[in-house]
Amino acid sequence: MIETIDQIFVLLKHWLVGFLPAGLQPVASVLVSVVAIIAVFPSLFAIAVWMERKGLGRMQNRIGPNRVGPFGLFQPIADGIKSLTKEDIVPLRADAVVHFMAPVVLVVVVFMGIAVLPMGRNMTLVHMDSGLLFFFAMGASTELSVFMAGWSSRNKYSLLGAMRGVAQMISYEVPLLMSSVAVVMMTGSLSLGKIVEAQNQYTWGLPHWYIFTPWGLAAFLMYAIAATAETNRSPFDLPEGESELVAGYFTEYSGFKFALFFLGEYVGMLSISGLGTTLFLGGWSAPFSFLGWVPSWFWFFSKVMLSICVFIWIRGTLPRLRQDQLMNFAWKFVLPFTLFDLLVAALWRFMGDGWARWVVCSVILLLAYALMGGVGMYRKHFRVRSYRYAE
Amino acid sequence: MLGEGILKGLAETAKNFVGSFVSAERLTTVQYPEQRIAPIEATRDFPFLVYDGADWEAGMRCVACQICEKECPPKCIYIVKSIDKKPDALGKPQFYPARFDIDISVCMSCQICVEVCPFEAIKMDTEFELSRTDRFGGLLFDREELAKSNEHYHKIHPTEAAQVDARLAGEKAKSDAKAKGAALAAAAKAAAAAKPAVSTENAAAKPEGAEIKP
Repeated sequence: MIETIDQIFVLLKHWLVGFLPAGLQPVASVLVSVVAIIAVFPSLFAIAVWMERKGLGRMQNRIGPNRVGPFGLFQPIADGIKSLTKEDIVPLRADAVVHFMAPVVLVVVVFMGIAVLPMGRNMTLVHMDSGLLFFFAMGASTELSVFMAGWSSRNKYSLLGAMRGVAQMISYEVPLLMSSVAVVMMTGSLSLGKIVEAQNQYTWGLPHWYIFTPWGLAAFLMYAIAATAETNRSPFDLPEGESELVAGYFTEYSGFKFALFFLGEYVGMLSISGLGTTLFLGGWSAPFSFLGWVPSWFWFFSKVMLSICVFIWIRGTLPRLRQDQLMNFAWKFVLPFTLFDLLVAALWRFMGDGWARWVVCSVILLLAYALMGGVGMYRKHFRVRSYRYAE
Repeated sequence: MLGEGILKGLAETAKNFVGSFVSAERLTTVQYPEQRIAPIEATRDFPFLVYDGADWEAGMRCVACQICEKECPPKCIYIVKSIDKKPDALGKPQFYPARFDIDISVCMSCQICVEVCPFEAIKMDTEFELSRTDRFGGLLFDREELAKSNEHYHKIHPTEAAQVDARLAGEKAKSDAKAKGAALAAAAKAAAAAKPAVSTENAAAKPEGAEIKP
């Protein structure tokens, strides 16, 4: 029974595909999975938008949307209808083809990345030996879309936003990859399925998730920072900084193309949270061994939504960084620290089992963190800024 | 240590998040169409024309001097001066605006028209629910739409309206006294022509008129 619920979607797919002749079955199987992904992730996007608007409202002591349906739950539907019925404007001098292609490329690329994520036991669309590499290849292609949008709009704000976006995404791509290299070193495989399997073990009822090791925690924090920047989320939302760049690279987009950008951004967030879950939070494995009866897909999606909540919390808390701060942070703190973490991960691997490696690795990482933070903040005086002429 | 401030900030937002569910007085916003906050007394948005008495056309204080039209920075006022004169609230024959239009969509609520008006005829309103279905004509207000009673003015800006009323009463008393003095002087002059001995009374009449003022 437990097995059936855990595998319910897989069984459902086999039952559906079983109606077709054997020759068509492989193609149909893929198609059904693709349709499922395309149905599930946009619904999660709608829920995420609702959660974001409500959560940010509460953090600012407001109520948030509460007019459309109970607790404003139908707000995403209303937004969808609105963006579908809005006029689609293409600037007169814009490169119309590229302008049209940019949101399409974004959405396609973002959904391609999801293909390799293991969303539950036996629930991976494509079993790829180098799934991680494929995911990052697809993730890096979003930069193309950002630049296409900025370049084709023929608008200075769009272009500035796109320039910032590309600079930022390339800078943070490096620590993003480096922090996951530590996991690859430990697992010895680029296959996301194998990475989850490696974490799906328990000692005294507690899981072997990589976040519960010193090097894994450090790598996870760096991964989270880089992922926030990679998805252009606050505090790294410079490419669309509305106070200085109207809306950044999608300034000239309206109607459904804008909605596609919005969708692409949120699905990108969901997929990068999904990868973070897979790499560090044990993917679809349960947090305690006695919770093993809960279906695996439930764990995966709740972990993803929990990551989204953290994204929202961060957005409600931090102000936007300046361009130079952003770059300094990437190249002078995040990247060196992830490189150092690789070293510590290697040390962890070769020290073998026992408590000694826990102490040694934790102390080294803490010292490194304090030292790097101290060097970074040396001779910087943080205080409430006073404006001479405003008083 | 690096990251300390971020943790403090996260704690603060978490406190707000939970607190907004627990205590209702944390919520700073109101549910607008159902709940309203009474406007503060200094609220202002668009100008209106004050009239005294019951009939807006007869009691209009405006004498079409067109100072506001000339001073208006975005030029949203349009006045046509009347050809004939009509008695105003004081009974004095005055010009009146044959047309007085304000384009609310152009007005920038600067209050300069109010500052320059020597007749206390134009004041700032607090009405803000001005949405119209007609994009062009709907926000072009004519005399009738702009005219609002002095009672309305008292209701929205009580302190300011009381000051204005006191000032107007003072001016009225002054002009009354002046008129009375002039009438007396004329009478005295007429009397003096007949009987020179009454001229001392004439001299006493003038200061009497002056001291009525508050």
